[in-house]
Amino acid sequence: MFEYAPAPESRAIVDIKPSYGLFIDGEFVDGSGTAFKTVNPANEEVLAEVAEASDADVDAAVRAARRAYTRVWSRMSGAERAKYLYRIARIIQERGRELAVLESIDNGKPIRESRDVDVPSLAAHFFYYAGWADKLKYSGYGSTPLGVAGQVIPWNFPLMMLAWKIAPALACGNTVVLKPAETTPLTALLFAEICQQADLPPGVVNIVTGAGDTGRALVSHPDVDKVAFTGSTEVGKAIARAVAGTDKKVTLELGGKAANIVFEDAPIDQAVEGIVNGIFFNQGHVCCAGSRLLVQESVADEVMARLKRRMATLRVGDPLDKNTDVGAINSAEQLAKIRELSEVGESEGAERWSAPCELPAHGYWFAPTVFTGVTQAHRIAREEIFGPVLSVLTFRTPSEAVEKANNTPFGLSAGVWTDKGSLILSMANHLRAGVVWANTFNKFDPTSPFGGYKESGYGREGGRHGLEAYLKGEDS
Amino acid sequence: MASTRIDVRKTYKLYIGGQFPRSESGRSYVVNDAKGRLLANAAQASRKDARDAVVAARAAFGGWSGRTAYNRAQVVYRIAEVLEGRREQFEAELRAAEGVSPGRARAYVDAAVDRLVWYAGWADKIAQVVGNANPVAGPYFNLSTPEPSGVIAVVAPRGPLLGLVSVVAPLIVTGNTVVVIASEQHPLTAITLGEVMATSDLPGGVVNVLTGSVAEIAPWLASHMDVNGIDLTGVADPALAAQLEVSAADNLKRVRRPAPDTDWLAEPDLDRMTRFMETKTVWHPIGV
Repeated sequence: MFEYAPAPESRAIVDIKPSYGLFIDGEFVDGSGTAFKTVNPANEEVLAEVAEASDADVDAAVRAARRAYTRVWSRMSGAERAKYLYRIARIIQERGRELAVLESIDNGKPIRESRDVDVPSLAAHFFYYAGWADKLKYSGYGSTPLGVAGQVIPWNFPLMMLAWKIAPALACGNTVVLKPAETTPLTALLFAEICQQADLPPGVVNIVTGAGDTGRALVSHPDVDKVAFTGSTEVGKAIARAVAGTDKKVTLELGGKAANIVFEDAPIDQAVEGIVNGIFFNQGHVCCAGSRLLVQESVADEVMARLKRRMATLRVGDPLDKNTDVGAINSAEQLAKIRELSEVGESEGAERWSAPCELPAHGYWFAPTVFTGVTQAHRIAREEIFGPVLSVLTFRTPSEAVEKANNTPFGLSAGVWTDKGSLILSMANHLRAGVVWANTFNKFDPTSPFGGYKESGYGREGGRHGLEAYLKGEDS
Repeated sequence: MASTRIDVRKTYKLYIGGQFPRSESGRSYVVNDAKGRLLANAAQASRKDARDAVVAARAAFGGWSGRTAYNRAQVVYRIAEVLEGRREQFEAELRAAEGVSPGRARAYVDAAVDRLVWYAGWADKIAQVVGNANPVAGPYFNLSTPEPSGVIAVVAPRGPLLGLVSVVAPLIVTGNTVVVIASEQHPLTAITLGEVMATSDLPGGVVNVLTGSVAEIAPWLASHMDVNGIDLTGVADPALAAQLEVSAADNLKRVRRPAPDTDWLAEPDLDRMTRFMETKTVWHPIGV
């Protein structure tokens, strides 16, 4: 194998302040909760202290958003709103390197992914929805905004999730209060600076940092018209209960346990790349990760041999190294969960194999791991691990593959690998999942709707369909 | 004795294949300002120039139509950015050419920039509005999507900037390439707009601008067998328009008829895009 010299991306481009406030009404203000620390998961270095938004702070943010909605944003023509969103898209492109480096430092994801996936997709999302702002009458969902949106996003794709939330909301004429995850608040606060550079009217975007309590205060605030949440199914259900009986409109993008189905006629090398991308992309911190590999029995041995050989070449380590394939686990808490479920996998009788790689001494790390001999009863086949852990099951017929793939409370995504087009489409018809990737995996585009069936949530983000969540559905 | 500085005047040429050639015919014609004073000489394009422009447009079609819609959107948006940066030049040209007030000139430039931004956003949305999945009664996947028709010839309307932008932007954003005959009375701004396009990451040949006599050049484009559509928006003479439409029938060019009463300041509908797009429907069986 090749030896690689370190190729670290310089972090000199980012200027991390010792402490951060909340972004309310166009200004950075102190929070009245208890400040918390955000750490670099690759080395446990404390990066900054971040304000915690209390109930009163959340209320101030919602009031700012309401004012901006009533006085400015809902009155502005779509064409003018579009220009602000285009400006934001352009500034994101201009400051792309800075955003990528900061994202990798705060999140632990490889710079190759933050630079080539997260940030370009962030810019593209704003660019795409900018174009909708003055074309809503063609959306099929009316052109009347809802009002103030309360949005809570997870730590796995901090900037991408921010874009998925803020861009369509603003394009449709809503204002937002967004809460980033407590372990990854920094890039959302940098985005707030971008809003300032774009001269976005104060109050249109408000960022409140904090943990679960802040999120609860936001989604249950009586003056929030729309709740958008991406995160765990457990919290999603709590939100659905919290908004029951109110007029709030809700979209939820939750967990998954996607089946990645490999048929015997699949191009095996491409399938192996797709399996690796499906589960080890972003350390497996992906709600739509292909965490269950269903492989046809006749090729199972071959696929496993090639998969292990490929996994052994994955470079795990410094997220800022441009050669790194797999970065750090985002938090100590998440690492503990991955370890726990992996131990359960072993104790329930599945066979564990981890890629032979040297893990750094500090920080949160987990070697790419695969379990074989997994049955549908095993917890590692049923629960979302949200880490670089793949569970492998086998099948003999397409109908058995469908049955196993659908045997889950989740329904976010699925993958199908075969050279036969009609089989792809037949599988796609039978899979109860919101996204089906054929001979590819983990593909995202601003024009393409994304979201789940069943307990993976409801509503779609992206594409024309993504507008529905932020419009009244009729013109009034 | 103080010497007076003498202006360096611009030579207005054609815009073909990303270059600014003179007419191969060596001809030009006088363009006067609103008060009848000489503004400049404009190149008077010939049949050969028109044919060269079609060759350039055809050569550019594969690459341009093959780009992602997102990329085309960004390029058209870039044209808007560069135009906004040169707005004073365009306002001055509009005032000189048409004799309009400063406020009116500003309004036209504003509208031209905004029109480009509006169309830029359509690049990756038009398929989502006019394409769709078709639930055919059988085990088939069936999807209809729009694609650009190809090389489109355009007779631009009189509005030297807004009119021109309004007819060209919808064609290029969907992936067509264009040969446009600029307004015969006000051709100079069209060439200046060519300078904007040439510096906006728009590949050479995607838009080609001819200046000269509509009656002379348009028939060659209307009968050209490698042109897929013709937009007669700016043809003022009904007899000429009818003749061009007859010629266009030789290879069944898609035709857009003259639009003499268009309010260019109003928001357009989708027709300028969809008229020069084809619908492609793909079938594929479903089954194990």
